[in-house]
Amino acid sequence: MPTLDQVPLGCKGIISSIKGEDATAQRLMEMGVIEGEPFELVASAPMGDPLEIKVQGYRLSIRKSEAARVFVQVS
Amino acid sequence: MNEITAPVKSFRIALLGNPNTGKTTLFNVLTGLNHRVGNYPGVTVEIKKGSFVHQSNTIEILDIPGTYSLAPRSPDELLSVELVLGLNPLEKVPDALLVIADASNLERNLYLATQAFETGLPVILALSMVDLANASGVKIDFKKLSEKLGIPVIAIHASKRKGLDELKNAIVSLQTEKRMPPVPVFSQDVISNRAKILGLLGDKGSLFLAGRLLFETDGFLAQQLEQKLSLSLTPAILESREALKSLGINLVSIEAKSRYAWIREMVQPCITKPESKLTGFTDRVDRILTHKVFGMFFFFLIMFSMFTALFVLAKPLMEWIGEGKSLVGQGLESVLPDGMLRSLLVDGLLEGVGGVVVFLPQIVILFGFLSVLEDCGYMARAAFLMDRVMAKCGLSGKSFIPLLSSVACAVPGVLATRVIEDKRDRLATILVAPLMSCSARLPVYVLFIGAFLTEGYGWWFPGLVLFLMYGIGFVTAPLAAMLFKSTILKGKGAPFLMELPVYKTPSFSVVFARIYEASLSFLKRAGTLIAATMVLIWAVLYFPYVSSTGENYPERIAATEIKAEQDALLLEWKKNSFLGRAGRSIEPSGQTPRLGLAHWCCYACQFPRKGSGGRNNEYCFWPW
Repeated sequence: MPTLDQVPLGCKGIISSIKGEDATAQRLMEMGVIEGEPFELVASAPMGDPLEIKVQGYRLSIRKSEAARVFVQVS
Repeated sequence: MNEITAPVKSFRIALLGNPNTGKTTLFNVLTGLNHRVGNYPGVTVEIKKGSFVHQSNTIEILDIPGTYSLAPRSPDELLSVELVLGLNPLEKVPDALLVIADASNLERNLYLATQAFETGLPVILALSMVDLANASGVKIDFKKLSEKLGIPVIAIHASKRKGLDELKNAIVSLQTEKRMPPVPVFSQDVISNRAKILGLLGDKGSLFLAGRLLFETDGFLAQQLEQKLSLSLTPAILESREALKSLGINLVSIEAKSRYAWIREMVQPCITKPESKLTGFTDRVDRILTHKVFGMFFFFLIMFSMFTALFVLAKPLMEWIGEGKSLVGQGLESVLPDGMLRSLLVDGLLEGVGGVVVFLPQIVILFGFLSVLEDCGYMARAAFLMDRVMAKCGLSGKSFIPLLSSVACAVPGVLATRVIEDKRDRLATILVAPLMSCSARLPVYVLFIGAFLTEGYGWWFPGLVLFLMYGIGFVTAPLAAMLFKSTILKGKGAPFLMELPVYKTPSFSVVFARIYEASLSFLKRAGTLIAATMVLIWAVLYFPYVSSTGENYPERIAATEIKAEQDALLLEWKKNSFLGRAGRSIEPSGQTPRLGLAHWCCYACQFPRKGSGGRNNEYCFWPW
């Protein structure tokens, strides 16, 4: 299953799980990055990092290092 | 018999909200800039307190820093939680909570509200940005939402002063009629285990706190509470966590999942969203402003305009202030007799404090730009574009603008670090900001290059040296940041997750309030700390004014008319002063008299400046 940093720009899909049990994983979930949520990869900054995703109806900037922990299902 | 009525007890509320919800605007509008900054040891966040009177009731408001969740992972975040729950010894527990939520992004904003619902305090929900929600086709039935949640839900537009009376009425009526919020639903196993922990917390406990301890993965809160309340919590928490794990409950995700599910259940009947997702204004603008090529182009264009304005617009204003200072100086000199008092007032206080106040226009212009960029939503995009570069030295995109601002002047640069949430990043940025060459150093560079590095060198050499002087800043600041972040400020900070808010027209009142606040705090410091330091430096430069051979310098200077003789006497006096002696002790022998003296002054200040004809003040004493 691909992670959020591996999918192409403009890709839409569903978040399937988040790796890890630390505070970072929890913070991601508090921000609405939770399993079953639809997402869209909107943009990436120059040099490809961080990424801009749409989730829970808002835009979130997320670094590739954190995006690599988010497994997604591409629709 | 007439009884003396007891003074009406003021009602205390804590204001909570996500970042970018207009929380600060609401606070400013409610309190009318009638507020002060609370002082709490050991934290780096500013917490503002204010009050207002409505229908002869005094309402006190505590402005809790914007946050997405009341989950403390640092001392700064812990303070917010302590203040909300009344666990901080310096503040009484609030009587109610006011939660402000962005209506255009209601679900995510209500996450924090669900945590507030569990504190055991009455809650009022204020919804901002309703116009933005409506513009994107979202309709919210406030009455229905209020009925569903069982608490007052009030639509507000703080900068247009809409809905404020209704909000104030709701706050006042809470004093007589407490409408308690609903308690978000977790599964039965979670509830029973949470109750066990709640039992251990005693009278300090709340459902929220017990749940927090159960869900928290890194143990920070448990550790802090055990210390502060001298309780033993960890064994019971671990036991409950094990029990839940054995039931197949994922403790990392259970809180977020349950809360979001509950929110959806509450909100869905009250909200209508457009069927087809239209591409909104923000999407269209972002296609350009976060574009790899055009985005960078606009970024540099905006930065270039900002700094050009900083130099061009500030210059005449600074000159006016400088002239005003000279006029006051001349006025004082004509009124006061020559002597110690005049020297203290003119050379010490006026030169010193005036030399700082001269930078006020730069502060006003920079904060004008920054608050417009922040309020319209661009600041987050700038941080987004610059994050990769800043990440290389251990910082985040949010450090970029404060560092760049330091090229104009380190003072507003340091003030601008307030937007950096992560404490270590903020400290590292503050520490390295003065390494960037600021505009006030330019005259010093030009002076030294002109004096030592012009004759006998090629025509291109002075320019190159000047460029290198600036280059040193651009190289050393990131290197120093890297060094700090890998040594004294080492540690895993919060992940860099940043909301990119919807673009909107900046509000004048927000921009004005930011400029006013930044200027006021700048002037306050100029009037207190800097004034005191100036008097101190003046004193070590003034005393002793009689040499070991019995010569009284001030008298001798007053007695002679010849300028060269006056200057020579002045130099001798200063060399003989306490600071002068200290300076000479470290001075390399040779062509730069007073260099050592300036060096000592630099411990109190940031840089030596070619003064504007002051007698003591050949240097800018800038204690920062």
